[in-house]
Amino acid sequence: MTELQQHKHHIKLSEESLQKQTTTINLGPTHPATHGVFQNIMEIDGERVIETVPTVGFIHRAFEKIAERRPFYQITTLTDRLNYCSSPINNMGWHMTMEKLLKIKVPKRVEYLRVIIMELSRIADHLVCNSVIAVDTGALTPFTYVFQTREHIYEIFEEICGSRLTTNIGRVGGFERNFTEASFTKLNAFIKDFPRVMNEFENLLNRNRIFMDRCIGAGPISAERALNYGFTGPNLRATGVDYDVRIAQPYSSYEDFEFSIPVGTIGDVYDRFMVRNGEMWQSLSIIKQALEKIQAIEKEFPEQKNIFYAQEADHFHLPPKQDVYTKMEALIYHFKIIMGEIDAPVGEVYHSVEGGNGELGYYLISDGGRTPYRLHFRRPCFIYYQAYPEMVRNGLLSDAIITLSSLNVIAGELDA
Amino acid sequence: MALSNELIQEQLTNKFGEQLTNWEQQFGLLTFTAPAENNIEIMHYLYDNETLRFRFLTDLTAVHYPEKTGEELCVVYLLHNLIDNIRLRYKVYMPISQPDVQSVTSIFSSANWLEREAYDFFGVNFIGHPNLSRIMNVDDMDYFPMRKEYPMEDPTRRDKDDEMFGRGGSF
Amino acid sequence: MRPVQYNTKVKLAEIPEGYSGEGFHATTFDKIIGMGRANSLWPLPFATSCCGIEFMATMGSHYDLGRFGAERMAFTPRQCDVLLVAGTIAKKMAPILRQVYLQMAEPRWVIAIGACASSGGIFDSYSVLQGIDQVIPVDIYVPGCPPRPEGIIDGILKLQDLVTSESLRRRTNPVYKELMESYGID
Repeated sequence: MTELQQHKHHIKLSEESLQKQTTTINLGPTHPATHGVFQNIMEIDGERVIETVPTVGFIHRAFEKIAERRPFYQITTLTDRLNYCSSPINNMGWHMTMEKLLKIKVPKRVEYLRVIIMELSRIADHLVCNSVIAVDTGALTPFTYVFQTREHIYEIFEEICGSRLTTNIGRVGGFERNFTEASFTKLNAFIKDFPRVMNEFENLLNRNRIFMDRCIGAGPISAERALNYGFTGPNLRATGVDYDVRIAQPYSSYEDFEFSIPVGTIGDVYDRFMVRNGEMWQSLSIIKQALEKIQAIEKEFPEQKNIFYAQEADHFHLPPKQDVYTKMEALIYHFKIIMGEIDAPVGEVYHSVEGGNGELGYYLISDGGRTPYRLHFRRPCFIYYQAYPEMVRNGLLSDAIITLSSLNVIAGELDA
Repeated sequence: MALSNELIQEQLTNKFGEQLTNWEQQFGLLTFTAPAENNIEIMHYLYDNETLRFRFLTDLTAVHYPEKTGEELCVVYLLHNLIDNIRLRYKVYMPISQPDVQSVTSIFSSANWLEREAYDFFGVNFIGHPNLSRIMNVDDMDYFPMRKEYPMEDPTRRDKDDEMFGRGGSF
Repeated sequence: MRPVQYNTKVKLAEIPEGYSGEGFHATTFDKIIGMGRANSLWPLPFATSCCGIEFMATMGSHYDLGRFGAERMAFTPRQCDVLLVAGTIAKKMAPILRQVYLQMAEPRWVIAIGACASSGGIFDSYSVLQGIDQVIPVDIYVPGCPPRPEGIIDGILKLQDLVTSESLRRRTNPVYKELMESYGID
């Protein structure tokens, strides 16, 4: 007998595992179909999922602990890495939290510019999610196709802040620099090009018989259960609840815009897919409106063209580099901010923005020091991923996979 | 009549009286403190009452205040009334030697992992939680890392001990 | 009859040094196998976080990693040559990463993509592994947080150089064995 045979000979299965009629399988944490590091130990009967036990925390990076040791302006880099598919929204959310604490009023032009950035990143986020649903149903083409468009969004970000993915965009009070002419040119080109891409993407999938048969009825959740599980964002709206932070608690002048909230009916994979598609169209419309509003402002007040941050935020807004070298005030502020000489006011503030996945909240407790006393991120993924076992129960194993991808669970956000 | 912070405060004071303390409003968000023994009762009232209707748990987290003797740990609930679109925050303080608080998982399914997270980071003991175990960290971890006395850094690293790298610095 | 059309854009791998004659080319096994390996690397993407998204962009149509012979992504470690670790590896994940590495057959290479995989990056915290080289040996480090797709491609090209020039006996020599033993791998 060889060594291997001997080894096999000695394997003793427990009575329980010989008796049971179902199979236990392990999915993840490095399984390609999980799109991120999630482990699910599933009990399956043939192709039916009876029970699944999710394990998370595989990329826990201790954001909240790190945030307690970082000066306020350095926390932006942490927020980038929460939901890295739409980091600008996270950045903006953090800046707005700080502005709320400092009671800074941001000029309208800056708010509209922020809206543009946030909606662009929402499109980028939803493009990844929806194309990945397509990949999991067996269609690779939409993925390779829309990633081209995503590159255009990245180019715009790069033009504005110099980085593609983890953008670190903006500062407390506004932006680190003004938008260049090239960024508006690129933005206009994107607005012109995107409907064509989006139409083609929708033509490929929306009424595609195979895709519909695969998605309709997979991984459904009722509105009551979704609310009980703390769903927010597109996944909640797919169940038919029209809760959107942009409407409920408008920030960054969202109240000035005309847009509708797409909702679904039964909260299955198809609904989530369609809600995201609808939101991308709405985002595009918001971007167009924001550009018009900016042009209107610039036409009326030409001097506003150079305003890219709130003057009253001087104490927290890192001044542009050329000013640091040429102006004394700027140099002083630069020094004070970098050396952490500026204390934030005491207070407790909760601010939330509509992130790519739902209500992204920042709960900041400041004790008047240079760093937050405690900063808690309300990560939508972490909260709604709890519902996954309930959503896939009694469904097919393949439905469980597309349910996971349609939830758009981002590991970085989930584990923080 | 639209639900306002004053109305909520009035209604809750009528029901629970002196038990609820530290009423304050910061940035328009009503906040109060409740005793740890009957937090589930208050939560039930907030959920079931036909005027209050706080039926969405937005967030649940914990905070550690080492200086506050006898109430070092604090659990913060953030509730949302989606119909009237109003938020409410309430806090429960407990001593670190006996960090017991009632679990609200029976009301909100979303509290399950949030409470596990609070346990994992701060060691808050949620009584009645179906599976109170570590969620983010490895199971054999023997301390609660988010408590203020524990360092942030990975202690095994040798190449970053310089103060200029941010270790042992004043931040 | 249409004349045979050649695609002139196809780039062939360079012929290794050797002795050429009519219909044959004599060279050493080292060189020919190295060339073959370098131009048909099978990557195993071990993508955990942000770098994974940049890696997706690298695989996508815009940057197209397939141009360099690394077209075939496989997700089973048994079939792969290169382990691409993209993203933060937490301490909870470290044993899994090691397990994946152990399941790969020799010869195997590892690329650490991004600051987190290389050194822990900005996450100098209790839960993050401070560089994957604490658990597995690494051949190429790609800097950046996250690296641009060009950076990732550059890392792959650097690895190709390494693979081309690698001696066939490298994996059996004492230095390599010592390295493996230092990681507790035998």
